[in-house]
Amino acid sequence: MKVILRNPRRELDIEGDATVRDVLRRLDIIPDTVLVIREGELLLKTDQLTDADTIELRPVISGGAR
Amino acid sequence: MKCKTCGRPAAIEIRRHHAVFCKEHFFEHISRQVERTIHDFAMLEPADRLLLGVSGGKDSLALWDILTDLGYQVDGVYIELGIGGEAGYSSESLKLAEQFAKNRDLNLRIVDLADEYGYTIPEAAAETRRVACSVCGLSKRYVLNRVAHDGGYDVLVMGHNLDDEAATLMGNTLNWNIEYIGRQHPVLPATKEGLVRKVKPLLRIAERETAAYCVLKSIDYEVDECPMVGGNTGIRIKEWLNILESQRPGVKQQFLFGFLDRVSDQFATAQQEQVVLQECSNCGQPTTAGECAFCRLQIRMADRG
Ligand code: SF4
Ligand SMILES: [Zn+2]
Ligand SMILES: [Zn+2]
Repeated sequence: MKVILRNPRRELDIEGDATVRDVLRRLDIIPDTVLVIREGELLLKTDQLTDADTIELRPVISGGAR
Repeated sequence: MKCKTCGRPAAIEIRRHHAVFCKEHFFEHISRQVERTIHDFAMLEPADRLLLGVSGGKDSLALWDILTDLGYQVDGVYIELGIGGEAGYSSESLKLAEQFAKNRDLNLRIVDLADEYGYTIPEAAAETRRVACSVCGLSKRYVLNRVAHDGGYDVLVMGHNLDDEAATLMGNTLNWNIEYIGRQHPVLPATKEGLVRKVKPLLRIAERETAAYCVLKSIDYEVDECPMVGGNTGIRIKEWLNILESQRPGVKQQFLFGFLDRVSDQFATAQQEQVVLQECSNCGQPTTAGECAFCRLQIRMADRG
């Protein structure tokens, strides 16, 4: 599956089927620090992904003085 | 996973509340939390004129949407900081804020720092050799209050969320910066002529939830990070808190609300005793002495070669 990361924008390929939780674990990402988005919809940790999927891992942290 | 309210397929899980919601009930949950925050801290009066600081990011756009849905009439103000050049961060963020306002027929004021005050944030950071966020924060706080005051608004509404406030508190606690800790409150009253009351209705909402709110409501917001954020310690503190939170869901909220409910009063008294405000000799805004920090910055920028 194709995984799009942001800040900076880059792409990864992950082989095989996996749950969202597996993908995040493999990339060493704390689940609550990103939204996982597929075709404009949010995914849950338990959702199953296949090789054909494209997902975006969108960080939710914003920085700076507010 | 199924929505805890209606049993339909879930759209989002909120671990610290042990809750899963469908889209509709997530919106309802967020809106109730904001309503409750406004009520509990007596943030707004019915006749208040409200001005929201809008950055084009997830928090301010989500908050504008939530407040409008709750029946509040809120104008927005966007400060053009001049970051990232043409088609860069600032102009992209402005475009998103304008688009949001236009779609909903809301009133967005735009203040260009360069036009009104003679400098951009990259210029000020280079001239002062300070971290960009420090001159940026100073400029935004001043200009937002100024616009609200001069525009006859009663309240300046800000999009600070649970993560922002917990990270600020953690940063100030690590340094035992008692003066700042004493000033941290979701309602900053207009204690002096020239100041406008400032409120933070997203206090109970985590930043993951404002981001999710925007995605689920198809609100386009600035996802890219500001290119000048380097050197800002707030982000690192957020990362530390996220590690704690992943091991103990709810710890951020506990830290912040424990402080607000049980501790903050004591620091507030300490702070009041220390600070006596006077009028800035240049602009008349409250300051501790002489010219205010913003005027000093502006004068320095005007004097540069
Ligand atoms: S990240 Fe820093 S420099 Fe960029 S907009 Fe936020 S406060 Fe300003
Ligand atoms: Zn539901
Ligand atoms: Zn001044």
